[in-house]
Amino acid sequence: MKVEKNLQDNFIFQSLTHIGGYFIFTKQSMQWLFRAPYRWPEFFKHMEFIGNKSVFIICLTGFFTGMVLSFQIYLGFSLINAENLVGPTVGLGIFRELGPVLTGLIVSARAGGAMAARLGTMRVTEQIDALDVMGISPLQYLVSPRVFAATICMPLLTAIFDAVAMLGSYLLGVHFLGLDEALFIDKVNNMIDPSHINEGLFKAACFGFVFGTVCTYQGYNAKGGARGVGDATNAGVVISMVSIIVMDFFLTKLIRIYLGWTSL
Amino acid sequence: MKAVEIQELKKTFDGENYVLKGLNLDIEKGNIACIIGFSGTGKSVLLKHLLGLYRPSSGVISILGKNIADLQDSEISSFRCNFGVLFQDAALFDDMSTLENVMFPINEYRKDLSYKERKDLAAAKLDQVGLGKEHFHKLPSQVSGGMRKRVGLARAIALDPDIILYDEPTTGLDPIMTEMVDDLILSTHRSRTGITSIVITHDLHAAFRLGDEIAMLDKGKVLLKGTAEDFFNTDIDLVKRFVEKGVKKT
Repeated sequence: MKVEKNLQDNFIFQSLTHIGGYFIFTKQSMQWLFRAPYRWPEFFKHMEFIGNKSVFIICLTGFFTGMVLSFQIYLGFSLINAENLVGPTVGLGIFRELGPVLTGLIVSARAGGAMAARLGTMRVTEQIDALDVMGISPLQYLVSPRVFAATICMPLLTAIFDAVAMLGSYLLGVHFLGLDEALFIDKVNNMIDPSHINEGLFKAACFGFVFGTVCTYQGYNAKGGARGVGDATNAGVVISMVSIIVMDFFLTKLIRIYLGWTSL
Repeated sequence: MKAVEIQELKKTFDGENYVLKGLNLDIEKGNIACIIGFSGTGKSVLLKHLLGLYRPSSGVISILGKNIADLQDSEISSFRCNFGVLFQDAALFDDMSTLENVMFPINEYRKDLSYKERKDLAAAKLDQVGLGKEHFHKLPSQVSGGMRKRVGLARAIALDPDIILYDEPTTGLDPIMTEMVDDLILSTHRSRTGITSIVITHDLHAAFRLGDEIAMLDKGKVLLKGTAEDFFNTDIDLVKRFVEKGVKKT
Protein backbone atom coordinates (compact mmCIF):
# COMPACT_ATOMS: atom_id res chain seq x y z
CA MET A 1 0.00 0.00 0.00
CA LYS A 2 2.87 2.37 0.90
CA VAL A 3 4.67 1.57 -2.36
CA GLU A 4 1.46 2.39 -4.22
CA LYS A 5 1.17 5.74 -2.35
CA ASN A 6 4.80 6.64 -3.15
CA LEU A 7 4.17 5.77 -6.78
CA GLN A 8 1.15 8.09 -6.87
CA ASP A 9 3.24 10.97 -5.52
CA ASN A 10 5.90 10.37 -8.17
CA PHE A 11 6.23 13.14 -10.78
CA ILE A 12 6.44 10.73 -13.70
CA PHE A 13 3.36 8.85 -12.49
CA GLN A 14 1.43 12.11 -12.15
CA SER A 15 2.52 13.28 -15.60
CA LEU A 16 1.47 9.97 -17.16
CA THR A 17 -1.86 10.20 -15.33
CA HIS A 18 -2.41 13.67 -16.81
CA ILE A 19 -1.44 12.58 -20.31
CA GLY A 20 -3.73 9.57 -20.09
CA GLY A 21 -6.50 11.75 -18.68
CA TYR A 22 -6.03 14.24 -21.53
CA PHE A 23 -6.34 11.58 -24.22
CA ILE A 24 -9.45 10.05 -22.63
CA PHE A 25 -10.96 13.55 -22.26
CA THR A 26 -10.19 14.34 -25.92
CA LYS A 27 -11.64 11.04 -27.14
CA GLN A 28 -14.84 11.52 -25.14
CA SER A 29 -15.21 15.14 -26.28
CA MET A 30 -14.93 14.05 -29.90
CA GLN A 31 -17.47 11.29 -29.39
CA TRP A 32 -19.92 13.78 -27.89
CA LEU A 33 -19.47 16.04 -30.90
CA PHE A 34 -21.27 13.54 -33.12
CA ARG A 35 -24.12 12.75 -30.72
CA ALA A 36 -27.48 14.49 -30.67
CA PRO A 37 -28.56 16.99 -29.54
CA TYR A 38 -26.04 18.98 -31.59
CA ARG A 39 -24.98 22.19 -29.88
CA TRP A 40 -25.00 24.55 -32.88
CA PRO A 41 -25.85 27.72 -30.90
CA GLU A 42 -22.92 27.04 -28.57
CA PHE A 43 -20.65 26.33 -31.53
CA PHE A 44 -21.51 29.63 -33.24
CA LYS A 45 -21.15 31.51 -29.94
CA HIS A 46 -17.61 30.18 -29.54
CA MET A 47 -16.82 30.78 -33.23
CA GLU A 48 -17.71 34.40 -32.61
CA PHE A 49 -15.54 34.55 -29.49
CA ILE A 50 -12.51 32.71 -30.87
CA GLY A 51 -12.80 33.95 -34.45
CA ASN A 52 -14.42 37.38 -34.75
CA LYS A 53 -12.95 38.76 -31.57
CA SER A 54 -9.41 37.74 -32.57
CA VAL A 55 -9.50 39.36 -36.00
CA PHE A 56 -8.22 42.76 -34.92
CA ILE A 57 -5.24 41.47 -32.95
CA ILE A 58 -4.42 39.00 -35.74
CA CYS A 59 -4.48 41.80 -38.33
CA LEU A 60 -2.29 44.03 -36.18
CA THR A 61 0.26 41.31 -35.50
CA GLY A 62 0.20 40.06 -39.07
CA PHE A 63 0.77 43.51 -40.55
CA PHE A 64 3.82 44.26 -38.42
CA THR A 65 5.21 40.73 -38.79
CA GLY A 66 5.03 41.07 -42.57
CA MET A 67 6.78 44.42 -42.45
CA VAL A 68 9.59 43.46 -40.07
CA LEU A 69 10.24 40.20 -41.91
CA SER A 70 10.46 42.07 -45.22
CA PHE A 71 12.84 44.59 -43.75
CA GLN A 72 15.19 41.97 -42.27
CA ILE A 73 15.19 39.88 -45.44
CA TYR A 74 15.73 42.98 -47.54
CA LEU A 75 18.80 43.91 -45.46
CA GLY A 76 20.30 40.45 -45.99
CA PHE A 77 19.34 39.99 -49.63
CA SER A 78 20.56 43.44 -50.64
CA LEU A 79 24.10 42.26 -49.84
CA ILE A 80 23.88 39.74 -52.68
CA ASN A 81 21.65 41.83 -54.97
CA ALA A 82 18.67 39.52 -54.49
CA GLU A 83 16.17 42.14 -53.33
CA ASN A 84 13.62 40.87 -55.85
CA LEU A 85 13.26 37.67 -53.86
CA VAL A 86 12.08 39.48 -50.74
CA GLY A 87 8.36 38.98 -51.59
CA PRO A 88 8.40 35.20 -52.19
CA THR A 89 10.78 34.60 -49.27
CA VAL A 90 8.49 36.48 -46.92
CA GLY A 91 5.52 34.63 -48.44
CA LEU A 92 7.02 31.18 -47.95
CA GLY A 93 7.96 32.00 -44.36
CA ILE A 94 4.57 33.45 -43.54
CA PHE A 95 2.39 30.88 -45.30
CA ARG A 96 4.22 27.81 -44.11
CA GLU A 97 5.51 28.71 -40.65
CA LEU A 98 4.97 32.12 -39.14
CA GLY A 99 1.31 32.46 -40.10
CA PRO A 100 0.01 29.32 -38.39
CA VAL A 101 2.51 29.42 -35.49
CA LEU A 102 2.03 33.08 -34.55
CA THR A 103 -1.75 32.84 -35.01
CA GLY A 104 -1.73 29.72 -32.83
CA LEU A 105 0.31 31.43 -30.11
CA ILE A 106 -1.82 34.59 -30.11
CA VAL A 107 -5.19 32.84 -30.20
CA SER A 108 -4.20 30.23 -27.62
CA ALA A 109 -3.12 33.02 -25.26
CA ARG A 110 -6.28 35.05 -25.85
CA ALA A 111 -9.07 32.53 -26.38
CA GLY A 112 -7.43 29.43 -24.86
CA GLY A 113 -6.68 31.27 -21.62
CA ALA A 114 -10.25 32.54 -21.47
CA MET A 115 -11.61 29.02 -22.11
CA ALA A 116 -9.51 27.53 -19.30
CA ALA A 117 -10.50 30.33 -16.90
CA ARG A 118 -14.18 30.06 -17.80
CA LEU A 119 -14.37 26.29 -17.38
CA GLY A 120 -12.22 26.45 -14.23
CA THR A 121 -14.61 28.98 -12.68
CA MET A 122 -17.58 26.84 -13.69
CA ARG A 123 -15.91 23.83 -12.05
CA VAL A 124 -15.13 25.50 -8.71
CA THR A 125 -18.56 27.17 -8.49
CA GLU A 126 -20.28 23.81 -9.12
CA GLN A 127 -21.82 24.95 -12.43
CA ILE A 128 -20.36 21.88 -14.15
CA ASP A 129 -21.84 19.66 -11.42
CA ALA A 130 -25.17 21.42 -11.97
CA LEU A 131 -25.06 20.47 -15.66
CA ASP A 132 -24.16 16.92 -14.71
CA VAL A 133 -27.07 16.52 -12.31
CA MET A 134 -29.45 17.91 -14.93
CA GLY A 135 -28.41 14.93 -17.06
CA ILE A 136 -26.61 17.17 -19.58
CA SER A 137 -23.11 16.10 -20.54
CA PRO A 138 -20.72 18.97 -19.72
CA LEU A 139 -18.33 17.56 -22.31
CA GLN A 140 -20.97 17.86 -24.99
CA TYR A 141 -22.29 21.23 -23.87
CA LEU A 142 -19.07 22.98 -22.83
CA VAL A 143 -16.07 21.23 -24.35
CA SER A 144 -16.95 19.83 -27.80
CA PRO A 145 -18.30 23.13 -29.25
CA ARG A 146 -15.22 25.01 -28.02
CA VAL A 147 -12.76 22.50 -29.48
CA PHE A 148 -14.65 22.32 -32.79
CA ALA A 149 -14.88 26.12 -33.00
CA ALA A 150 -11.13 26.47 -32.29
CA THR A 151 -10.30 23.90 -34.98
CA ILE A 152 -12.46 25.66 -37.58
CA CYS A 153 -11.49 29.22 -36.63
CA MET A 154 -7.73 28.75 -36.67
CA PRO A 155 -7.31 28.19 -40.45
CA LEU A 156 -9.63 31.16 -41.09
CA LEU A 157 -7.63 33.41 -38.80
CA THR A 158 -4.37 32.14 -40.29
CA ALA A 159 -5.62 33.01 -43.76
CA ILE A 160 -6.35 36.54 -42.55
CA PHE A 161 -2.92 36.72 -40.89
CA ASP A 162 -1.23 35.56 -44.11
CA ALA A 163 -3.09 38.09 -46.26
CA VAL A 164 -2.43 41.02 -43.93
CA ALA A 165 1.24 40.04 -43.47
CA MET A 166 1.70 39.97 -47.25
CA LEU A 167 0.02 43.35 -47.47
CA GLY A 168 2.46 44.70 -44.85
CA SER A 169 5.37 43.19 -46.75
CA TYR A 170 4.15 44.70 -50.03
CA LEU A 171 3.61 48.18 -48.56
CA LEU A 172 7.01 48.30 -46.89
CA GLY A 173 8.87 46.72 -49.79
CA VAL A 174 7.30 48.67 -52.62
CA HIS A 175 6.57 52.04 -51.00
CA PHE A 176 9.45 52.40 -48.53
CA LEU A 177 12.30 50.14 -49.66
CA GLY A 178 11.85 50.93 -53.33
CA LEU A 179 11.31 47.40 -54.64
CA ASP A 180 9.77 47.07 -58.06
CA GLU A 181 6.03 46.52 -57.70
CA ALA A 182 5.59 44.34 -60.79
CA LEU A 183 8.58 42.15 -59.91
CA PHE A 184 7.37 41.79 -56.32
CA ILE A 185 3.94 40.56 -57.42
CA ASP A 186 5.27 38.42 -60.25
CA LYS A 187 7.83 36.64 -58.06
CA VAL A 188 5.23 35.98 -55.37
CA ASN A 189 2.82 34.61 -57.99
CA ASN A 190 5.45 32.37 -59.55
CA MET A 191 7.10 31.01 -56.45
CA ILE A 192 4.22 30.59 -54.05
CA ASP A 193 2.15 27.51 -54.69
CA PRO A 194 -1.36 26.93 -53.22
CA SER A 195 0.08 23.86 -51.49
CA HIS A 196 2.27 26.18 -49.39
CA ILE A 197 -0.83 27.97 -48.16
CA ASN A 198 -2.64 24.68 -47.56
CA GLU A 199 0.29 23.43 -45.50
CA GLY A 200 -0.06 26.40 -43.17
CA LEU A 201 -3.84 26.10 -42.97
CA PHE A 202 -3.60 22.39 -42.13
CA LYS A 203 -1.11 23.16 -39.37
CA ALA A 204 -3.39 25.90 -38.07
CA ALA A 205 -6.33 23.49 -37.77
CA CYS A 206 -4.10 21.08 -35.82
CA PHE A 207 -2.95 23.91 -33.52
CA GLY A 208 -6.57 24.95 -32.94
CA PHE A 209 -7.50 21.41 -31.98
CA VAL A 210 -4.53 21.14 -29.63
CA PHE A 211 -5.01 24.43 -27.77
CA GLY A 212 -8.77 23.83 -27.64
CA THR A 213 -8.42 20.42 -26.02
CA VAL A 214 -5.49 21.38 -23.75
CA CYS A 215 -7.14 24.54 -22.38
CA THR A 216 -10.56 22.95 -21.88
CA TYR A 217 -8.92 19.93 -20.21
CA GLN A 218 -7.05 22.17 -17.78
CA GLY A 219 -10.11 24.28 -16.98
CA TYR A 220 -12.45 21.31 -16.74
CA ASN A 221 -10.18 19.64 -14.17
CA ALA A 222 -9.43 22.77 -12.10
CA LYS A 223 -9.39 22.14 -8.35
CA GLY A 224 -9.66 24.47 -5.39
CA GLY A 225 -10.83 28.07 -5.52
CA ALA A 226 -9.47 31.12 -7.33
CA ARG A 227 -5.93 29.76 -7.13
CA GLY A 228 -6.98 26.56 -8.86
CA VAL A 229 -8.56 28.57 -11.69
CA GLY A 230 -5.37 30.64 -12.03
CA ASP A 231 -3.20 27.51 -12.10
CA ALA A 232 -5.45 25.88 -14.69
CA THR A 233 -5.35 28.98 -16.91
CA ASN A 234 -1.59 29.26 -16.60
CA ALA A 235 -1.05 25.57 -17.33
CA GLY A 236 -3.48 25.66 -20.26
CA VAL A 237 -1.75 28.58 -21.96
CA VAL A 238 1.82 27.41 -21.31
CA ILE A 239 1.21 23.81 -22.40
CA SER A 240 -0.68 24.99 -25.50
CA MET A 241 2.11 27.34 -26.57
CA VAL A 242 4.87 24.80 -26.06
CA SER A 243 2.79 22.11 -27.79
CA ILE A 244 2.23 24.37 -30.81
CA ILE A 245 5.94 25.02 -31.26
CA VAL A 246 6.96 21.39 -30.74
CA MET A 247 4.13 20.13 -32.92
CA ASP A 248 5.07 22.53 -35.69
CA PHE A 249 8.34 20.68 -36.22
CA PHE A 250 6.73 17.26 -36.38
CA LEU A 251 3.88 18.46 -38.59
CA THR A 252 6.36 20.01 -41.02
CA LYS A 253 8.25 16.78 -41.16
CA LEU A 254 5.06 14.79 -41.61
CA ILE A 255 3.77 17.03 -44.37
CA ARG A 256 6.98 17.44 -46.32
CA ILE A 257 8.68 14.09 -45.88
CA TYR A 258 5.95 11.53 -45.32
CA LEU A 259 2.99 13.04 -47.14
CA GLY A 260 4.99 14.94 -49.77
CA TRP A 261 2.25 17.54 -50.04
CA THR A 262 4.36 20.51 -51.01
CA SER A 263 7.07 21.28 -53.52
CA LEU A 264 10.18 23.37 -52.70
CA MET B 1 -42.11 2.80 -0.01
CA LYS B 2 -38.48 3.81 0.30
CA ALA B 3 -37.15 6.60 -1.91
CA VAL B 4 -33.55 5.93 -0.92
CA GLU B 5 -31.96 2.77 0.49
CA ILE B 6 -28.26 2.76 1.24
CA GLN B 7 -26.55 -0.39 2.46
CA GLU B 8 -22.96 -0.71 3.68
CA LEU B 9 -21.79 2.22 1.54
CA LYS B 10 -18.01 2.62 1.61
CA LYS B 11 -15.92 5.20 -0.20
CA THR B 12 -12.19 5.76 -0.38
CA PHE B 13 -10.34 8.11 -2.73
CA ASP B 14 -6.80 6.88 -2.10
CA GLY B 15 -7.44 3.21 -1.34
CA GLU B 16 -6.36 3.74 2.25
CA ASN B 17 -8.57 6.22 4.11
CA TYR B 18 -12.31 5.68 4.03
CA VAL B 19 -14.57 8.75 4.01
CA LEU B 20 -17.71 6.58 4.23
CA LYS B 21 -17.27 3.46 6.31
CA GLY B 22 -20.25 1.18 5.77
CA LEU B 23 -23.06 3.74 5.87
CA ASN B 24 -26.66 2.46 6.12
CA LEU B 25 -29.59 4.80 5.57
CA ASP B 26 -33.22 4.55 4.43
CA ILE B 27 -35.40 7.53 3.47
CA GLU B 28 -39.15 7.15 3.09
CA LYS B 29 -40.82 8.48 -0.03
CA GLY B 30 -42.64 11.77 0.56
CA ASN B 31 -40.59 12.70 3.62
CA ILE B 32 -38.18 15.51 4.32
CA ALA B 33 -34.95 13.89 5.48
CA CYS B 34 -32.25 16.03 7.04
CA ILE B 35 -28.68 14.80 7.16
CA ILE B 36 -26.64 16.59 9.77
CA GLY B 37 -23.16 16.29 11.22
CA PHE B 38 -19.91 18.06 11.92
CA SER B 39 -17.75 19.23 9.04
CA GLY B 40 -15.75 16.47 7.38
CA THR B 41 -18.07 13.63 8.35
CA GLY B 42 -18.95 12.72 4.77
CA LYS B 43 -22.21 14.63 4.17
CA SER B 44 -21.17 16.13 0.83
CA VAL B 45 -19.57 12.87 -0.28
CA LEU B 46 -22.87 11.12 0.49
CA LEU B 47 -24.75 13.74 -1.54
CA LYS B 48 -22.45 13.20 -4.54
CA HIS B 49 -23.07 9.45 -4.29
CA LEU B 50 -26.82 10.03 -4.31
CA LEU B 51 -26.43 12.08 -7.48
CA GLY B 52 -24.20 9.47 -9.11
CA LEU B 53 -21.31 11.95 -9.33
CA TYR B 54 -19.18 9.52 -7.27
CA ARG B 55 -19.12 5.75 -7.64
CA PRO B 56 -19.11 3.82 -4.35
CA SER B 57 -16.04 1.74 -3.47
CA SER B 58 -18.52 -0.86 -2.21
CA GLY B 59 -22.13 -1.06 -1.07
CA VAL B 60 -25.57 -0.46 -2.55
CA ILE B 61 -27.34 2.83 -3.25
CA SER B 62 -30.89 2.19 -4.34
CA ILE B 63 -32.88 5.23 -5.44
CA LEU B 64 -36.54 4.83 -6.41
CA GLY B 65 -35.85 1.10 -6.63
CA LYS B 66 -32.76 1.32 -8.87
CA ASN B 67 -29.22 0.53 -7.73
CA ILE B 68 -27.35 3.44 -9.23
CA ALA B 69 -24.00 1.74 -8.70
CA ASP B 70 -25.03 -0.73 -11.43
CA LEU B 71 -26.04 1.93 -13.95
CA GLN B 72 -23.84 2.92 -16.89
CA ASP B 73 -22.80 6.59 -17.18
CA SER B 74 -25.40 7.26 -19.89
CA GLU B 75 -28.12 5.60 -17.77
CA ILE B 76 -27.13 7.70 -14.75
CA SER B 77 -27.39 10.84 -16.88
CA SER B 78 -30.98 10.12 -17.85
CA PHE B 79 -31.80 8.89 -14.33
CA ARG B 80 -30.73 12.24 -12.93
CA CYS B 81 -33.87 13.80 -14.42
CA ASN B 82 -35.57 12.46 -11.28
CA PHE B 83 -33.48 14.86 -9.19
CA GLY B 84 -33.57 18.55 -8.53
CA VAL B 85 -30.59 19.97 -6.70
CA LEU B 86 -30.13 23.23 -4.89
CA PHE B 87 -26.39 23.72 -4.56
CA GLN B 88 -24.69 25.53 -1.70
CA ASP B 89 -24.06 28.67 -3.75
CA ALA B 90 -26.96 27.93 -6.12
CA ALA B 91 -24.48 27.18 -8.98
CA LEU B 92 -26.36 29.43 -11.42
CA PHE B 93 -24.92 29.84 -14.90
CA ASP B 94 -23.42 33.28 -14.63
CA ASP B 95 -23.80 34.22 -18.30
CA MET B 96 -27.56 33.62 -18.24
CA SER B 97 -30.31 35.74 -16.71
CA THR B 98 -32.40 34.31 -13.86
CA LEU B 99 -35.19 33.42 -16.28
CA GLU B 100 -32.76 31.76 -18.71
CA ASN B 101 -31.29 29.75 -15.83
CA VAL B 102 -34.72 28.33 -14.99
CA MET B 103 -35.54 27.82 -18.67
CA PHE B 104 -32.33 25.86 -19.23
CA PRO B 105 -33.51 22.40 -18.05
CA ILE B 106 -36.95 23.07 -19.55
CA ASN B 107 -35.38 23.81 -22.95
CA GLU B 108 -33.40 20.58 -22.73
CA TYR B 109 -36.20 18.24 -21.74
CA ARG B 110 -39.49 19.85 -22.78
CA LYS B 111 -38.96 20.27 -26.48
CA ASP B 112 -42.63 19.34 -26.93
CA LEU B 113 -43.53 22.81 -25.62
CA SER B 114 -43.37 26.00 -27.67
CA TYR B 115 -40.86 28.69 -26.71
CA LYS B 116 -43.63 30.77 -25.13
CA GLU B 117 -44.91 27.81 -23.12
CA ARG B 118 -41.40 27.08 -21.86
CA LYS B 119 -40.92 30.71 -20.92
CA ASP B 120 -44.27 30.76 -19.12
CA LEU B 121 -43.38 27.57 -17.26
CA ALA B 122 -40.06 29.07 -16.10
CA ALA B 123 -41.84 32.27 -15.07
CA ALA B 124 -44.36 30.20 -13.08
CA LYS B 125 -41.54 28.42 -11.26
CA LEU B 126 -39.88 31.74 -10.43
CA ASP B 127 -43.23 33.01 -9.24
CA GLN B 128 -43.61 29.90 -7.05
CA VAL B 129 -40.40 30.80 -5.20
CA GLY B 130 -41.50 34.40 -4.84
CA LEU B 131 -39.50 36.14 -7.57
CA GLY B 132 -41.33 38.82 -9.53
CA LYS B 133 -40.98 39.77 -13.19
CA GLU B 134 -38.69 42.68 -12.35
CA HIS B 135 -35.91 40.17 -11.54
CA PHE B 136 -36.30 37.93 -14.59
CA HIS B 137 -33.66 39.64 -16.72
CA LYS B 138 -31.04 40.18 -14.04
CA LEU B 139 -27.81 38.22 -14.11
CA PRO B 140 -26.94 36.10 -11.05
CA SER B 141 -24.24 38.63 -10.15
CA GLN B 142 -26.90 41.35 -9.95
CA VAL B 143 -29.11 39.66 -7.33
CA SER B 144 -28.63 38.98 -3.61
CA GLY B 145 -27.58 35.65 -2.09
CA GLY B 146 -31.14 34.89 -0.99
CA MET B 147 -32.49 35.59 -4.46
CA ARG B 148 -29.85 33.36 -6.01
CA LYS B 149 -31.07 30.54 -3.75
CA ARG B 150 -34.62 31.19 -4.92
CA VAL B 151 -33.56 31.05 -8.56
CA GLY B 152 -31.55 27.89 -7.84
CA LEU B 153 -34.61 26.32 -6.26
CA ALA B 154 -36.84 27.38 -9.15
CA ARG B 155 -34.37 25.71 -11.52
CA ALA B 156 -34.25 22.60 -9.31
CA ILE B 157 -38.04 22.18 -9.44
CA ALA B 158 -38.41 23.22 -13.09
CA LEU B 159 -38.98 19.64 -14.28
CA ASP B 160 -41.06 18.57 -11.25
CA PRO B 161 -38.51 16.05 -9.94
CA ASP B 162 -39.37 13.23 -7.51
CA ILE B 163 -36.40 13.93 -5.25
CA ILE B 164 -35.04 17.36 -4.35
CA LEU B 165 -31.63 17.60 -2.74
CA TYR B 166 -30.52 20.66 -0.83
CA ASP B 167 -26.78 21.04 -0.21
CA GLU B 168 -26.27 23.31 2.82
CA PRO B 169 -29.11 25.59 1.67
CA THR B 170 -28.73 28.17 4.43
CA THR B 171 -24.95 28.42 4.73
CA GLY B 172 -23.79 32.02 4.68
CA LEU B 173 -27.27 33.54 5.01
CA ASP B 174 -28.50 35.82 7.79
CA PRO B 175 -31.19 34.50 10.20
CA ILE B 176 -34.10 36.14 8.34
CA MET B 177 -32.94 34.83 5.00
CA THR B 178 -32.33 31.42 6.61
CA GLU B 179 -35.92 31.29 7.79
CA MET B 180 -37.12 32.37 4.36
CA VAL B 181 -35.16 29.53 2.69
CA ASP B 182 -36.51 27.04 5.23
CA ASP B 183 -40.07 28.21 4.51
CA LEU B 184 -39.35 27.88 0.81
CA ILE B 185 -38.17 24.27 1.28
CA LEU B 186 -41.36 23.49 3.22
CA SER B 187 -43.69 25.15 0.71
CA THR B 188 -41.91 23.46 -2.23
CA HIS B 189 -42.18 20.11 -0.49
CA ARG B 190 -45.88 20.60 0.14
CA SER B 191 -46.58 21.93 -3.37
CA ARG B 192 -46.85 18.41 -4.79
CA THR B 193 -47.51 15.05 -3.14
CA GLY B 194 -44.84 12.38 -3.25
CA ILE B 195 -41.80 14.68 -3.37
CA THR B 196 -38.90 13.44 -1.27
CA SER B 197 -36.63 16.19 0.03
CA ILE B 198 -33.13 15.50 1.31
CA VAL B 199 -31.48 18.39 3.12
CA ILE B 200 -27.78 18.26 3.92
CA THR B 201 -27.15 20.81 6.64
CA HIS B 202 -25.28 21.58 9.80
CA ASP B 203 -28.05 23.95 10.91
CA LEU B 204 -29.70 21.98 13.70
CA HIS B 205 -32.56 24.41 14.09
CA ALA B 206 -33.50 23.99 10.41
CA ALA B 207 -33.13 20.21 10.66
CA PHE B 208 -35.52 20.01 13.64
CA ARG B 209 -37.97 22.35 11.97
CA LEU B 210 -37.98 20.69 8.56
CA GLY B 211 -37.09 17.07 9.08
CA ASP B 212 -39.61 14.24 9.21
CA GLU B 213 -36.54 12.11 9.74
CA ILE B 214 -33.07 13.25 10.75
CA ALA B 215 -29.83 11.33 10.41
CA MET B 216 -26.59 12.39 12.04
CA LEU B 217 -23.36 11.29 10.41
CA ASP B 218 -20.09 10.79 12.20
CA LYS B 219 -16.88 9.28 10.84
CA GLY B 220 -18.58 8.05 7.69
CA LYS B 221 -21.45 6.24 9.43
CA VAL B 222 -24.94 7.09 10.63
CA LEU B 223 -24.63 7.75 14.34
CA LEU B 224 -28.34 8.27 15.00
CA LYS B 225 -31.46 8.36 12.85
CA GLY B 226 -34.84 9.42 14.13
CA THR B 227 -37.14 12.35 14.80
CA ALA B 228 -36.27 15.60 16.59
CA GLU B 229 -37.57 14.04 19.79
CA ASP B 230 -35.18 11.09 19.45
CA PHE B 231 -32.31 13.56 19.24
CA PHE B 232 -33.36 15.33 22.45
CA ASN B 233 -33.79 12.06 24.33
CA THR B 234 -30.68 10.25 23.16
CA ASP B 235 -27.92 8.89 25.41
CA ILE B 236 -25.23 9.14 22.75
CA ASP B 237 -22.73 11.64 24.10
CA LEU B 238 -21.64 13.13 20.77
CA VAL B 239 -25.24 13.68 19.65
CA LYS B 240 -26.08 15.29 23.02
CA ARG B 241 -23.18 17.72 22.64
CA PHE B 242 -24.12 18.50 19.02
CA VAL B 243 -27.72 19.18 20.05
CA GLU B 244 -26.70 21.33 23.04
CA LYS B 245 -24.34 23.45 20.93
CA GLY B 246 -26.86 23.71 18.10
CA VAL B 247 -29.72 24.74 20.37
CA LYS B 248 -27.55 27.29 22.24
CA LYS B 249 -26.45 28.82 18.93
CA THR B 250 -30.02 29.26 17.68
